[in-house]
Amino acid sequence: MPDIPLGRWVADLIDWLLATVPWLFDAISAVMQVLVDGLTGVLATAPPVVWIVVFTLIALVVRGWGLALYTVLAFLLVVSLELWVETMQTLALVLVAAVIATAIGVPIGILAARNRAVSVVVRPVLDSMQTTPVFVYLIPAVFFFGVGVVPGVVATILFAIPPGVRLTELGIRQVDREVVEAAHAFGARPGQILREVQLPLALPSIMAGINQVIMLALSMVVTAGLLGAAGLGAVVVRAVTQLDVASGFEGGLAVVLLAIFLDRLTAAFGQTTALSRLVRGRARRTLPGRTASDAGEPARAGAPEPV
Amino acid sequence: MPPVLRATGLTKVFGAREQEALRLAGEGVGRDEVQRRTGSTLAVHDVGFTVERGELFVIMGLSGSGKSTLVRLLNRLIEPSAGTIEVDGQDLRALSDADLRTLRNEKVSMVFQHFALLPHRTVRENAAYALKIRGIGAAEQRERADWALRTVGLLERADARPDQLSGGMQQRVGLARALAADSEVLLMDEPFSALDPLIRRDMQDLLVRLQTELHKTIVFITHDLNEAMRLGDRILMLKDGRTVQLGTGPEIISAPADDYVADFTSDVDRTRVLTAGDLLREPRLTARLGQPAGEVLRALGAAEANGVYVLGEDGRIAGVARDDLLARALQEGRTALGPQELVADFATTAPDRPLVEFVHLVGRSAVPLGVVDDDGRLLGVVPRAAVLDALAAVPARRGA
Repeated sequence: MPDIPLGRWVADLIDWLLATVPWLFDAISAVMQVLVDGLTGVLATAPPVVWIVVFTLIALVVRGWGLALYTVLAFLLVVSLELWVETMQTLALVLVAAVIATAIGVPIGILAARNRAVSVVVRPVLDSMQTTPVFVYLIPAVFFFGVGVVPGVVATILFAIPPGVRLTELGIRQVDREVVEAAHAFGARPGQILREVQLPLALPSIMAGINQVIMLALSMVVTAGLLGAAGLGAVVVRAVTQLDVASGFEGGLAVVLLAIFLDRLTAAFGQTTALSRLVRGRARRTLPGRTASDAGEPARAGAPEPV
Repeated sequence: MPPVLRATGLTKVFGAREQEALRLAGEGVGRDEVQRRTGSTLAVHDVGFTVERGELFVIMGLSGSGKSTLVRLLNRLIEPSAGTIEVDGQDLRALSDADLRTLRNEKVSMVFQHFALLPHRTVRENAAYALKIRGIGAAEQRERADWALRTVGLLERADARPDQLSGGMQQRVGLARALAADSEVLLMDEPFSALDPLIRRDMQDLLVRLQTELHKTIVFITHDLNEAMRLGDRILMLKDGRTVQLGTGPEIISAPADDYVADFTSDVDRTRVLTAGDLLREPRLTARLGQPAGEVLRALGAAEANGVYVLGEDGRIAGVARDDLLARALQEGRTALGPQELVADFATTAPDRPLVEFVHLVGRSAVPLGVVDDDGRLLGVVPRAAVLDALAAVPARRGA
């Protein structure tokens, strides 16, 4: 067998990139740093009670009383563990990474759904992105961006993109073909069909994708901590290196509490929520001859029709 | 007046080797053989027809006959492999994408088998969909949508979501969406197939009523020959992507082009398809007011009939002369056929009424059922034999 120096080639490519477009990595680095620092500043400097109230209100509106109660208790526990600042640093990192991963992943998913060639190219790339061991991402990230929060964010973004692409493509492909056909039949433009038919109807799937993006981003925080990003990851990494079971448990617990909050919150997007139930229930009661109990009932072809 | 819709040589091949499949099809090679040799599917082959303004044109075929493909060729939702489509004299295949969209939006609307409503929009927003795409002002959108919903009897549910409605009601919304667009041509792809039989009947009635009011040009796809016969002015029978027969319902029933059509027509409820006009016969005997009673009586005897229609000067039915009454009049010395000798022992119908509506009247009286025009003039009669003949008729090709 000939010795194929594949690894050498990749290393050469990275060297070449660094030598050719260093300004690109500097720019990306600067933008990331500003975003994470800015958001961390906003989240970590205000008194915890302010943000706990805000988070609880969001949970109440989006999901309901159950999540609101959980939010109060979980974040109070985080405060009592004295991990509030670290939790907010992690939240900032996760939010920045998730927003950027979504901003990259959803458009690629849309393209892949509309263009078979894109889909064919994208699928194996996503497969390899998802199966590559996490730590492998870290090596080029460190080369390009040094140590600190930025390589962590970049590695997190790369790691979190695939579900956003996949579930967006799947969601758009699963939209009822006849509905899309009807839009064509009434003369809608492709852009109109995407905006007014495909994206709204694919929204539950896209939101599930974003939920996955956030969860994957959160699962990367410890790894990011290895690179020197501040936050819960750093707490856990320090505990591991010092074999400190107590702070390791507390750091891990804070990650779990934050994960459950983000998961329940984002899983609720795109579904019926307390608020929209309230609004729709009221609208339905004003209709004659039907009761609110008919809500969401599937079409019954045989139902008697008032004419 | 030129036809609103004209299709010529419409052909669609699905698959990679389109040109080769077209060539084979042109040589008369069948669908299965084309599939075997090229791997491509000949969905529709060389179908041509015209639809006149205000006509309800039915395309009828079983699943796999290519009817759903054919209707989509008519607004280029599927691009034809060969052939032309003209709407109002405009060649659809010459249109740019933008012009095609405008045509679909303004001139050709479509109703879908599974309704294809936007689930996240209200009934009113669905009805206004074409108008929204057209970029019409909100007030006019609402006005047109509400008119369309009122026309289909759904205005009171305008703020509901489609999933709150039954299937029949959802299809009314589909119909309203097409009507609100105010297009000349309506393409209806098996619009009632997904509905329960009773609801389907209601929807057919609704369509018939709308058609008498609005006079749209409709291409209606169905696999149900009873529905085709009930609604269609003319019917195109499609099999394996090719036209088998094109004609009116009664034409197809009385002279099916081949065994395939004959098989279909054997299941059709003839009493709803055949009209008095189809069964009309020349009356064997009529009399005139003032004619000698003896002469009429002799004629009745010769014809072995018990009664005869007596017509006035204007051709209208004055009444019926019965042999027993004529005999008594002669005994009593009245020799001329005057109004006082006549009885009203007869029934009439109009030529466009289906058999089911008058079959109970046939054979009740001494004279056969009279078929009269709007002015009451006798056009012909429907004797009992004609009815039995029509109901019993086994299509000729089938018996052979």
